[in-house]
Amino acid sequence: MNTISLAPSAWRRALHQRSLVLGAALTLALLLAAGLSFLWTPWSPYEMDLAIKLQPPSAAHWLGTDAYGRDVASLLLVGARNSILVGLIAVGIGLLLGTALGLLAAARRGWIEELIMRLADFTFAFPAILSAIMLTAVFGAGIVNAIIAIGIFNIPTFARVTRASANAVWSREYILAARACGRNRWAITWEHVLPNILPMLIVQATIQFAIAILAEAALSYLGLGTQPPQPSWGRMLSEAQTLMFEAPLLAIWPGLAIALAVLGLNLLGDGLRDWLDPRLNRAR
Amino acid sequence: MALLEVSQLQLTLATPRGPVVAVRDMDFSLERGATLGIIGESGSGKSLTAMALMGLLPEHAQLSGSIRFDGQELIGLAEPERCALRGNRLAMIFQEPMTALNPLHRIGRQVAEPLRRHRGLDAAQARRQAIALLDRVGIANAASRADAYPHEFSGGQRQRITIAMALACEPDVLIADEPTTALDVTIQQQILDLISDLVDERQMALILISHDLAVVSQNVDDMLVMYGGSVVESGATEAIFGHLGHPYTRALLAARPHLGAAQSRLQTIAGSVPALADLPAGCPFAGRCAHTMDRCWQERPAVARVDAGHWARCLRPEVVQAPFAAHPP
Repeated sequence: MNTISLAPSAWRRALHQRSLVLGAALTLALLLAAGLSFLWTPWSPYEMDLAIKLQPPSAAHWLGTDAYGRDVASLLLVGARNSILVGLIAVGIGLLLGTALGLLAAARRGWIEELIMRLADFTFAFPAILSAIMLTAVFGAGIVNAIIAIGIFNIPTFARVTRASANAVWSREYILAARACGRNRWAITWEHVLPNILPMLIVQATIQFAIAILAEAALSYLGLGTQPPQPSWGRMLSEAQTLMFEAPLLAIWPGLAIALAVLGLNLLGDGLRDWLDPRLNRAR
Repeated sequence: MALLEVSQLQLTLATPRGPVVAVRDMDFSLERGATLGIIGESGSGKSLTAMALMGLLPEHAQLSGSIRFDGQELIGLAEPERCALRGNRLAMIFQEPMTALNPLHRIGRQVAEPLRRHRGLDAAQARRQAIALLDRVGIANAASRADAYPHEFSGGQRQRITIAMALACEPDVLIADEPTTALDVTIQQQILDLISDLVDERQMALILISHDLAVVSQNVDDMLVMYGGSVVESGATEAIFGHLGHPYTRALLAARPHLGAAQSRLQTIAGSVPALADLPAGCPFAGRCAHTMDRCWQERPAVARVDAGHWARCLRPEVVQAPFAAHPP
């Protein structure tokens, strides 16, 4: 119930939740890998050496080398940076605009709410990944357009969950009390509604982050996302595809990285949801 | 001119079954420093009346008639002007102290909210005043407790806090909607005494809304009895209890358990409160009254004088006004 002051027992309770701990650990590993890639990689991810192409894992190249002789471990580390960048910005766009629209819809009701929600329905009618492919195909392949395309499809998701939770908060009696104190709807939205839906937004953002990483991998796999020579997990997968039988490990490494990152974020989201659940929180 | 004058107030709710009138032909006025009780069962329109006065009606409600506050017409007033009145000159206390405070904010901040909004105080000044208010409503160690969260208080204490919030800007009219219904009986009287003291101390006008005759009769000078959206009886509290003018008020009083009474079963009012859409065309109480005639079903009773300043809406004053021994509540 209370996100502002966490009692010591709340921290202890967090440690007892397996999905939260595992999810947090995997997410932290992803973040550390991305952070590390700025400072240090075993080899340069851009350096090609056809003399050592398609090597199996060894002491020098921990995860082996790809078809151009690049170090797979270094590519994965820098790829993590890319995935996080895309996830952060795309979720940021959706979180900012979607939450603002959802709060507006809940605060104004009437035709504004109808308009916003029907627009959201309209966007939902298109499969997000297909629409993202269409957008990047029209406006050009590249990481910036991929981020924008993924971000746009995050907006209605956040608008919807925000409106639903905000409407629930608006019907609470303390909102009535705040109105009886003379607060206008924008002050109430900022001071009462937003803080109360924040836990839900955090959970949703984690899950959207995982979806964004998947979407970026899919777009890059199709050649519409990150462009060479920037390493990306999705592109590593597509390059490995033609060598499936000669070097299956090349497909397994980025596939595993994507799976673990998405799993970690989803577990973190689930764990946060349970942890921040007011009903569980009260029964301590 | 009275501080608050309500005339011909009519409140219509849009429902799936069509529009229903939830409050009909309401008239009353309230002087500065006066106390008025509104009594009625759930669905009698008493809380909607309070919301209409505060301008907090749901969107599907429509108002006609007039509410004049200090010479200003409130019906149709634009939202910014409304906000400037609410919490400043008109304040309200709610029924559920457990949910009337935001669980995420410290109570000092919540009590300071109206002060910052209406008086333009800075955080430190507002906090000082909030602590003084909390102290006045009986929160011990107000200075340190101001930093506590609502869940750290009991129901009675929380109601004290919401009272502090409502009183922050020294309103002219305080509306208390069932302020003690959610509290333990032992706490009820303390809260009512607190409200009474504060009303005297600050010369506020009080509108006390309750379904409990005892609560209303002991705390207000005048009262309105509501049934099915109509005011069926109004007058000075003493006059009404001295001479019950409406069969509904009688039935309500007779249904109270009283100490030492010989009767073994509690008297009840036959039937149940009809839905607003099913009210008869005539007297709303016709379906449950012991004195109903054919006329009662068709004809809406006009206001009839019972005594000086004491009115009832009944077509059969001759039956009703026969002497009736009321147990003082």
